[in-house]
Amino acid sequence: MEIIMSILSGVLFTTGVYNLLQKQLLRIIIGTALISHGAHLFILTMGKLKRGAPPILEYHVDQYTDPLPQALILTSIVISFGVTSLLLVLAYRAAKENETDNMDLLRGNENE
Amino acid sequence: MSNLAVLPIVIPLISSIILAFFHKKLPLVRSVAKLVSIINLFVVGFIITYVYNNGPVVLESGGWDAPFGIILVADMLSMTLVLTTNIIAVAAVFYAQHSLSQKQEEFYFYTFFLLLIAGVSGAFITGDLFNLFVFFEVLLMASYALIVLGGEKVQLRESLKYILINLFSSMLFVTTIAFLYSVVGTINMAQIAQRVQEVDQQGVLTTIGILLFFVFGTKAALFPLYYWLPKPYIVPNPVVSALFGALLTKVGIYSILRVFTLIFGHNPSFTHNFFIWIAGLTLVFGVIGALSTNNIKLIIAYNIIPAVGFMLMGIGVFNEASISGTVYYLVHDMIIKAVLFLIVGAIAYLAGTSDLRKMKGLIHHYPLLGWLLFVSGIVLAGIPPFSGFIGKLLLLQGAFSEGEIIIAIVGLLCSLLILTSVMRIFIRGFWGERDDSLTVHKKTARKLTIPIAFLLCFSILLGVGAELFYPSGASIANYLLNPEIYIEAVLKE
Repeated sequence: MEIIMSILSGVLFTTGVYNLLQKQLLRIIIGTALISHGAHLFILTMGKLKRGAPPILEYHVDQYTDPLPQALILTSIVISFGVTSLLLVLAYRAAKENETDNMDLLRGNENE
Repeated sequence: MSNLAVLPIVIPLISSIILAFFHKKLPLVRSVAKLVSIINLFVVGFIITYVYNNGPVVLESGGWDAPFGIILVADMLSMTLVLTTNIIAVAAVFYAQHSLSQKQEEFYFYTFFLLLIAGVSGAFITGDLFNLFVFFEVLLMASYALIVLGGEKVQLRESLKYILINLFSSMLFVTTIAFLYSVVGTINMAQIAQRVQEVDQQGVLTTIGILLFFVFGTKAALFPLYYWLPKPYIVPNPVVSALFGALLTKVGIYSILRVFTLIFGHNPSFTHNFFIWIAGLTLVFGVIGALSTNNIKLIIAYNIIPAVGFMLMGIGVFNEASISGTVYYLVHDMIIKAVLFLIVGAIAYLAGTSDLRKMKGLIHHYPLLGWLLFVSGIVLAGIPPFSGFIGKLLLLQGAFSEGEIIIAIVGLLCSLLILTSVMRIFIRGFWGERDDSLTVHKKTARKLTIPIAFLLCFSILLGVGAELFYPSGASIANYLLNPEIYIEAVLKE
């Protein structure tokens, strides 16, 4: 199971990086979202996908899944939500002020 | 007493939240921000004397024992850096009101400023790898807001690139933590160090170490990863540039220093030789950048890169002289980069341009500012009575005693070129005929000069009083080279 999940998160990273290298601003943001999905899936995988009950204390359960990676993922998800929403608003403003969403044209020149 | 360790994080954090409520009442917000910065400086000063006398303060938050809860470790290294951070913060908060527009100040400048200080202090103090990631994000989020504050065209454009590169490296950081967790099963730095030591840092752990180096190298702007740094650093207000130039890259270097002395120090023939190569290339490329441009802000921004190269060279050489040189240079460079960014900010404001070709003869109007620039230029290059000299001397001593002659020579040549790049600002901008078409703002110049002079005093003190500071630098190096002290202090075995 871990192997399939690793391949999946690898695919997410690949598509994310491919999108990051595009010219259109919105595609780049989609790329960052895909990369963060890949990273979060990877944390879950690396915490070992052993079978067990959800990490809530109950009677008659002797095996739980590892709670730590889940807490780490939750933290990381919230952080990347925050950054992504900031990035979306910023991209909106930047595209509007500079009148382009093409990264090649957002380069600027020396003498400004 | 162990609660002391959390104060440098909590004081700015809480006051930043409170200041967000009164953001339109500028006189109140300004004076509270100044007061908080000064109080925080004194608190940190008290903590550092306490740590100096009693050894590292370890706070186990929530009363959970070390490997299970989040811990904060205030040792001499982290407290020295927090103290430097707070000195810079005091100067910046007094400079801010004269350089920012009223609108920028009203839109939560002081809130984000204090959040940045809280994030940087947290990153220095934490003893947990994932918590380090969280504090990185705290300081980065504050920096995203500060870099775009004002919302000019060029700011929007450059901050977009800055955020994208940092978002990518943050995600890579999370992935690396996942790798490390699956190998050693913990995210507490002391316990990771212990377990890596037990298995003698086999292949996969060195790989993870290099991945972490890649992440921190992106934050610290090392050779192949520095391309994002110069332009985003010159677009915001000078006071924001000064905070960035002084603090952000140095957090990356501190993380490399901590991780590669504490955790991944067992395969130096590979990792540390690699560092020396990277350091050499960083030095050369940074200096080429600094010499290539006529924009005074860009010259200073490029000067960050060779300084980071010097520190990485110290980590790469890895003996007592070079590590204490790195620590000394780290403190020196934080202060002097803040000074230089504040000075060029003032020059650009007073001359009305940041293009070196369009200014001349400023010394006739602003003599004090000119001499401050001159002194900070020779402090940066490392002329003997000043602080840059002692750091570089220790670094070169370390390099020569390990037989790394080539990197030492590269370092010396780069120092010369750094001096050239800064003196070009002085010669082209301040010498020459009096420019009578310039509108002179004597009063603003005086107000902008006071915080700069305040910071430069510390820099000079660090050089002239080297005998006072050298022993603690050496003891920090000794502490870093013996990670058992840290592990025992945290895990209490």
